Amino acid sequence: MTQAPLLRRITDYANRADPYPLYEELRRTPVLQEEEGGPYAVSSYYDILGLLHDPRISSDAAHLTAPDDDELSEPEATGLPPSFLRLDPPEHDRLRRIANRSFGPPHRPHRIDSLRGELARIVTGLIDGFGDARQIDVVDQFAHPFPVTVICRLLGVPREDEPRFRGWVDLIVAALDPETRQSGDPQFLRTAQEARMQLGMYLAELVEQRAREPRDDMLSDLVADHGPDGAMSTMEVLSTAVLLLIAGHETTVNLIANGMLTLLRHPEFLHRLREDPALSVRIVEELLRYEPPVQLLPQRTCVADIELRGITIPKGSRIWLVLAAGNRDPERFRDPDRFDPDREDLGHLGFGSGIHICFGAPLARLEAQLALTELVRRLDNPRLVEDPPPYRQNAVLRGPRHLRIAVDAVRPSEAVRF
Amino acid sequence: MPDEEYHEWLRREGRIVIVGASLAGLRAAEALRAGGFAGSLTLIGDEPHEPYDRPPLSKAVLLGKASPEHTELPRLRRTDATWRLGVAATGLDMTAKRVRLADGEEVPYDRLLIATGVRARPWPKEDEAQLDGVFVLRTRDDAVRLHRRLAASPRRVFVIGAGFTGSEIASACRARGLAVTVAERADGPLVGALGGVIGAVAADLHRDNGVDLRTGVTVTGLEGDATGRVRAAHLSDGSVVDTDVVVVSLGAIRNTDWLKGSGLGAGPRGIACDAGCRAFDFRGIVTDDVFVAGDVARCPHPLFGYQFLSLEHWGNAVAQAEVAAHNMISAGADRRPHLWMPAFWSSQFGVNIKSVGVPAMGEEIMITQGSLAERRFVGVYGHQGRVIAAVSFDNSRWLDFYQQQIERGAPFPVEYRTVDRRPEGRAPMPAGFPDPSLPTHGPTVTLSGYSPADRQLVFTPARH
Amino acid sequence: MRLVVDLNKCQGYAQCAFLAPDVFTMHGEESLVYNPRVGPEQREQVARAVAACPVGAIAVEGLREASDAG
Repeated sequence: MTQAPLLRRITDYANRADPYPLYEELRRTPVLQEEEGGPYAVSSYYDILGLLHDPRISSDAAHLTAPDDDELSEPEATGLPPSFLRLDPPEHDRLRRIANRSFGPPHRPHRIDSLRGELARIVTGLIDGFGDARQIDVVDQFAHPFPVTVICRLLGVPREDEPRFRGWVDLIVAALDPETRQSGDPQFLRTAQEARMQLGMYLAELVEQRAREPRDDMLSDLVADHGPDGAMSTMEVLSTAVLLLIAGHETTVNLIANGMLTLLRHPEFLHRLREDPALSVRIVEELLRYEPPVQLLPQRTCVADIELRGITIPKGSRIWLVLAAGNRDPERFRDPDRFDPDREDLGHLGFGSGIHICFGAPLARLEAQLALTELVRRLDNPRLVEDPPPYRQNAVLRGPRHLRIAVDAVRPSEAVRF
Repeated sequence: MPDEEYHEWLRREGRIVIVGASLAGLRAAEALRAGGFAGSLTLIGDEPHEPYDRPPLSKAVLLGKASPEHTELPRLRRTDATWRLGVAATGLDMTAKRVRLADGEEVPYDRLLIATGVRARPWPKEDEAQLDGVFVLRTRDDAVRLHRRLAASPRRVFVIGAGFTGSEIASACRARGLAVTVAERADGPLVGALGGVIGAVAADLHRDNGVDLRTGVTVTGLEGDATGRVRAAHLSDGSVVDTDVVVVSLGAIRNTDWLKGSGLGAGPRGIACDAGCRAFDFRGIVTDDVFVAGDVARCPHPLFGYQFLSLEHWGNAVAQAEVAAHNMISAGADRRPHLWMPAFWSSQFGVNIKSVGVPAMGEEIMITQGSLAERRFVGVYGHQGRVIAAVSFDNSRWLDFYQQQIERGAPFPVEYRTVDRRPEGRAPMPAGFPDPSLPTHGPTVTLSGYSPADRQLVFTPARH
Repeated sequence: MRLVVDLNKCQGYAQCAFLAPDVFTMHGEESLVYNPRVGPEQREQVARAVAACPVGAIAVEGLREASDAG
């Protein structure tokens, strides 16, 4: 019996619940091209880290020798220019610098820190909303609505509009999944491109409104703020806003859901977290290693030949950086398959590294730390109803579709100190 | 006693003395304990303060974001040491294995680590250096005095020397809204450390931030008023700058005076040691009980032609202290070489400048990413067809890559394509280091020849 | 608490400046300026900053002892 190629097994939905044995197999050939014209998958920690800092690696699809005709970022195809996620310096750096002016230091050093009180209120409200239920879906009732509310508030997107943009977001995210791409339905990919355009048009209304009446939110800052780099063009504002809206919650949902699942599978740490909220910091870092919400970066290309472990990756090749495999590389982490928040050797690839390191990492960290702390503090005797839970289709943004748990009671809220 | 047995005894009940209670001394003490050293440990420091961090003194402290009195280094482990602070070491008897102190006491050792570092080079004319308002910046006490004077809103600050420290001081003064004049002998700031191509960018950085930068000039004299306060600086081009604060930033002098006559291979350029941090005596024969670490050491490096390098680098002090500590209590086969890649940073005018390798060995430079005009770039230095160093302005996330290129002896020029390569970066250009026989104001890597017994002062880097 | 940042390791990711903005500040895009001495009221923020540093550059004395005690 011949097995399917390893990369296809990794993206195969049937293996979504536990891809880690496949990653272990992948690491045995740390630079792997299985199919002619297919991507080179890189899976060992130090190789990935090196490539994330390698100026011969591009995030711009224009450098592919055989470009996919389905590139979401292709301007002609969608009308929206690529976001900085899919650009190289100097454009990447310029757009990210401008976006950062509305988000973090040096220009807005307290914006994220000052959200802590509001984050705590949102979390408290959502858990209060569990009411007397004895069974809870952690994804639908908590891990999803929490970051959506936060990113809406931060950007200035009305929370009640989620039904309007949810369909577009789901289509865009689905198109990032290699299996969906491989299924090769051109109609589907076109639909995803249209969704990105429509989400952009929806945001354009808001942006126009904020240009007239600025508020304390990122959309207002993105249109109004003229720093040393000048302003973004309107189209750049829209593609940045699309990126931030999607990246601002799709990954955090998984981080929180993966986190609760992992704690329920490792009750020792659940109990310790209940006693010591400060442990949430280490738990979240270890989660980013052990169950990273972004499993792989499938969209890098090399602009020159690269020699890696005796293999030449020719210029123009697509490269997959399999972060989740690198995070369990025994060359880097002792006992890598053990969930161990006490480990001293931090340094996961959960947020990537180099110039494209996750833009929203500080916010995601705070959200996940607070979410897990409050869930374990207020849920009495939580336990998994099914293990493994059903997963979302996506192999790149991997996490449970539902996470049903049973509880004896939901404890009343106390003042949350965060 | 066989080697192994002796080291076992040493670890259990030996006496280790560390002269120098700053970064390298402290980290070595911690590493000794971490490595299982259970004997007696004494640290001797001429300053009365416990170990403190120096880089913030010219940055966060002058910017008002940290107190000059509170930059003490975190203790990362218990050292259980006897601290002899505020008393300088004045002599070494290698035969009797004793360190003499300024108070007359003698401290015996089985193993000695010298980590006495460097001090600021003072203004050479002593009477002028004594004027009120003339400062150097190296120690915590220097920082307290300078900080106090800057807080009193002087009319103008005059900085002599545009090396890293001088540039950082100028930057902090501008951030505080003070008028600043900088005088530099070379054609631009940082030229001694990074060459003329980068120096030109640094010069623009100074001027765009409102610094009155005078290059290609020397300071011929400092003038005081009747009360002994400095009031003007006279330059070699005949100009006179009225000022009430002068900061002398002319680089550093290695603290080896106390070793005069000890027989150790110590001189103005530092103390020569092997890659295992063992000091050489003046005959070029390696000792086995005297070790060296930090700014005062000069040590051969295989990546740079085994030339002896003196590195005034924070990271070098930490790394070398750890290697020295390990080797002090380990028998021959277990010893490790100190193979640290030279690296430093400087923060000035809101720009993060970082470098890896030894730029001063570079004959040519190529801007492989970004643009000099935008002041965001990576520059790669080449030496005899190899990549020997790299520098970045606000582009530090790429430097790991270039460090690997240096370690692999990758070819120069850099022919392969990189992201953000501009037309200006397609060909190498002369790096623009000044004649090495002229003194400059602040290279932090000094190539100091091949001989461990070389004690001359003349600066003669090997250029093949 | 005393702290020191290994600025050779630091690549200006600014995680610390997001999470403990009263201790760590960015001076320009990439330069980190920090206060090496911080009071106990900053403990939680500093702990977050230390753990979040992608290059593990921040060393603190008194973080863990303090959290054990309280």
